[in-house]
Amino acid sequence: MVSASRDFRRLRLDRVSRDFGTLNALQEVTLDVGRGEFIALLGPSGCGKSTALNCLAGLLPLTGGSIWLDDKQIDHLKPEARGFGMVFQNYALFPHMSVERNVGFGLRMQGRRGAEAARLVAEALALVRLGDQAGKLPGQLSGGQQQRVAIARAIVIEPPLVLMDEPLSNLDAKLRLEMRAEIRRIHDLVGSTTIYVTHDQDEALSLADRIVVMRDGRVRQVGRPEELYARPAHADVAAFMGFRNQLAARVVAAGGAEVTARIGAAELHGIAAEALDGEAAIVAIRPDDLTPRADGPLAARVTAAEYRGRDFYGIAATAEGTELYFRSDIRVAPGETLRLGADAARVLVYPRGPA
Amino acid sequence: MPLRLALSRRGIDGVTLLVLPAALFVVALFVYPFLYGLVLSLQPKAGGWLANYAKFFSDPFLYGTIGKTLWLAVPATLLNILLSIPVAMRVRRMHRQRLLTAILVLPITLGTVLIAEGLLLYLGPQGWLNRALMGFGLVSHPIRLVHNYWGVFISLFISGFPFTFLLTLSYVSGIDPSLERAASTLGADTRSRFRHIVLPLLAQGLAINFCLSFVQTFSVFPSAVLLGAPAGVTRVISIAAYTAAFEQYDYSMASAIAMIMGFSQLIIVAAVLGARVLVYRGPAGGGKG
Amino acid sequence: MRRGETVSARLWASSVWVLVGFFVLNLLAMIAAVVVNSLGTRWFNTWLPQGFTTKWYFSAWDEFQLGDVLFTTFQVVGAVVVLSGLLGVPAAYALARREFPGKRLVVLLFLLPLLVPPITFGIPLATVLYRAGLAGSISGVILANLVPTVPFVILVMIPFIEQIDPRVEAAARVFGAGTLRLFIHVLAPLLAPGILAALLLVLVRTIAMFELTFFTDGPTSQTLVVALYYAVYAAGVRAGQSIDAMAVIYMVTTLVWLLIALRFVNPTQIVGRARR
Repeated sequence: MVSASRDFRRLRLDRVSRDFGTLNALQEVTLDVGRGEFIALLGPSGCGKSTALNCLAGLLPLTGGSIWLDDKQIDHLKPEARGFGMVFQNYALFPHMSVERNVGFGLRMQGRRGAEAARLVAEALALVRLGDQAGKLPGQLSGGQQQRVAIARAIVIEPPLVLMDEPLSNLDAKLRLEMRAEIRRIHDLVGSTTIYVTHDQDEALSLADRIVVMRDGRVRQVGRPEELYARPAHADVAAFMGFRNQLAARVVAAGGAEVTARIGAAELHGIAAEALDGEAAIVAIRPDDLTPRADGPLAARVTAAEYRGRDFYGIAATAEGTELYFRSDIRVAPGETLRLGADAARVLVYPRGPA
Repeated sequence: MPLRLALSRRGIDGVTLLVLPAALFVVALFVYPFLYGLVLSLQPKAGGWLANYAKFFSDPFLYGTIGKTLWLAVPATLLNILLSIPVAMRVRRMHRQRLLTAILVLPITLGTVLIAEGLLLYLGPQGWLNRALMGFGLVSHPIRLVHNYWGVFISLFISGFPFTFLLTLSYVSGIDPSLERAASTLGADTRSRFRHIVLPLLAQGLAINFCLSFVQTFSVFPSAVLLGAPAGVTRVISIAAYTAAFEQYDYSMASAIAMIMGFSQLIIVAAVLGARVLVYRGPAGGGKG
Repeated sequence: MRRGETVSARLWASSVWVLVGFFVLNLLAMIAAVVVNSLGTRWFNTWLPQGFTTKWYFSAWDEFQLGDVLFTTFQVVGAVVVLSGLLGVPAAYALARREFPGKRLVVLLFLLPLLVPPITFGIPLATVLYRAGLAGSISGVILANLVPTVPFVILVMIPFIEQIDPRVEAAARVFGAGTLRLFIHVLAPLLAPGILAALLLVLVRTIAMFELTFFTDGPTSQTLVVALYYAVYAAGVRAGQSIDAMAVIYMVTTLVWLLIALRFVNPTQIVGRARR
């Protein structure tokens, strides 16, 4: 029994919460997903992203809020009544069934058998390029092939929503890159709507139309990959998006978005990425953007440096002992003293509060 | 030392030799007695070398014990297995499994003799069970549950269920829970999940479980004597063997009966394990090993 | 409870629990019946005895010579525990750490005494022990009881030893520990919990082992469980209450050890490692 066809317009999570005893794994998560979108739920482990996915799949009951597919409330439906496709982290292929029967399982449960089902299975297997492996058992396949079977099994039932739970985390680095492209290709080809859980920001950036960054059970930011990369809305999101230098600072001047902040004795110009309240601030800079320059305001002594082929990456300590991660085009060596700086547009200033 | 070198080439060194004392012990006190018993069974007190076996299979008082034993062992084992499945399916997700399993281990620890004595008292005509049944008005006269087939059957159930259950539980717990979750996202309801996912993955374990439980129930002895009718319906094959050995002092005949008992078990076990080729026999995990 | 669970699913779940409850209730009632009877004065046609007394324990102690029986039981059990540890642990170590030709056969050799029920191999074993003049004595009972316990220790210990990283031993050797010191300083502490668990299980099983003891003991080498069997078998000769007093003493001896064992091991281990 399929409750929803692929032809929906909006999936809506309305203040969805999930508690485990006293632990609030998910707190009032609200999210709108349009048809055909590829959404990545991104965050460190324990941030609630997998909980959110399991709630969507119906594997975990909500303790608050509701989930809607257009104007139909679905959060009370059992997983088998939702008709979503799901790809599990460990693939969860049925070990006693051939590849073909694994992929055909969902159709069989819908009571669809015979020639039409066989054709759909063959199509799905062709789509994941496994047409020649149909008769094998999952145990006879490589990790990447098992991954493809899991995807084929999820999409063959033409679900309105495909849920993927860190599907690439069990693969080695090379295969991960390959499958990443493959997943996006299949998404575009099938025209499905995909919710993809990952803790890998590269994966999220390269795959998703929109990224939902989560932390401690809450949504911290929703945005297009470019937005998130360039302008994280909060300091913690910035830290997760590669702004490795997070320096305690004091705001000394602010005019519009442009801010001047003082770190120790040095003054840096930057942009307020979040509304500032008071003087206490955090200055966030990617190591890539912090480079040695003659007018650099941050004086520091190099404590470690390594050659990365095209350029150098290093760590330097200021007189106050703050560690700075930086990049350099020219050779640097430990013990050397440098002046480091960054373009104002690449220096993000956040409030330093209890939040 | 060349011998030592030659041995170590084949992977045998000092550590490997540690296995020898235990292996020799088992050979001396398990394998040798079996072979000795087999030879002894072919040297009857009177008659040709197969006289004991001929006697066993011509005397209904003797060969009938096989049927009586099977009539107890097969239903008791099947009941145990069938009941263990739903209970194990429920218990596997429990958080406080340990307490329940500890209670269930009680009968194994108490052993068959104590269970027999306890049941004599509890199931007897004056026992609490009959009192309760009459108190609820379910029966008007005490039902006879001891010194007959049912006394032995119940004791086999009580002493066998924990074993069967714990084994089933360990097989059920070995099934990756994400497989059932995957099946449910693909539209399988509880019954379909059990039929298409759990049962096929469990079949292999259930077959082994059946064999182990069956072998135990087939060799029922103390409860058949104490709780049953050892001269009648529950004259099981182990009683026949015991009588031959320790009452008639005919060790040759006793060995023959022990061999017949062993082979009967072997035949059933081989049949069940042979049927295993029909089911899936691999790991019950859902992903890369 | 999952939201939206159907009525039939709940009905099914509760019937399973009712079944388990019924089983446990009857089991506990059976045990309670034995305890109550052993403490009762006269019990006939009522729910509970007319009065309570502890005299049956004293009479059971004298009638069944329980002092001697308990002493024998502990001798047998103690010897079985120590010997099965001494024979089983080294063998398990060899099987866990070495590959050698015929290893599968050796493993099968250790599996058989656990799969074949004691009744089946007990009679030929007793015959051999009688011919060797060992049956009827304590040493015969100990030998017979070792047949299933040595393989049991081996099969419990193999996975336990396998999960200890061999590199730990290699490291100890690199730092100059000889075999003896390796054993004392590295292996013994690491293996102690596993050995303790295995031997506790052997202990509980040996106290309850009826068949093998029954076939091989003599008048001076009866253990508690066999004495209990004879008492129940000859019921009518003695007062039922004193038989049950002995049954309670037997229960207490096993249950104390079971409780201790459960502190160290998972109950599922008690049924043995039959899974393959």
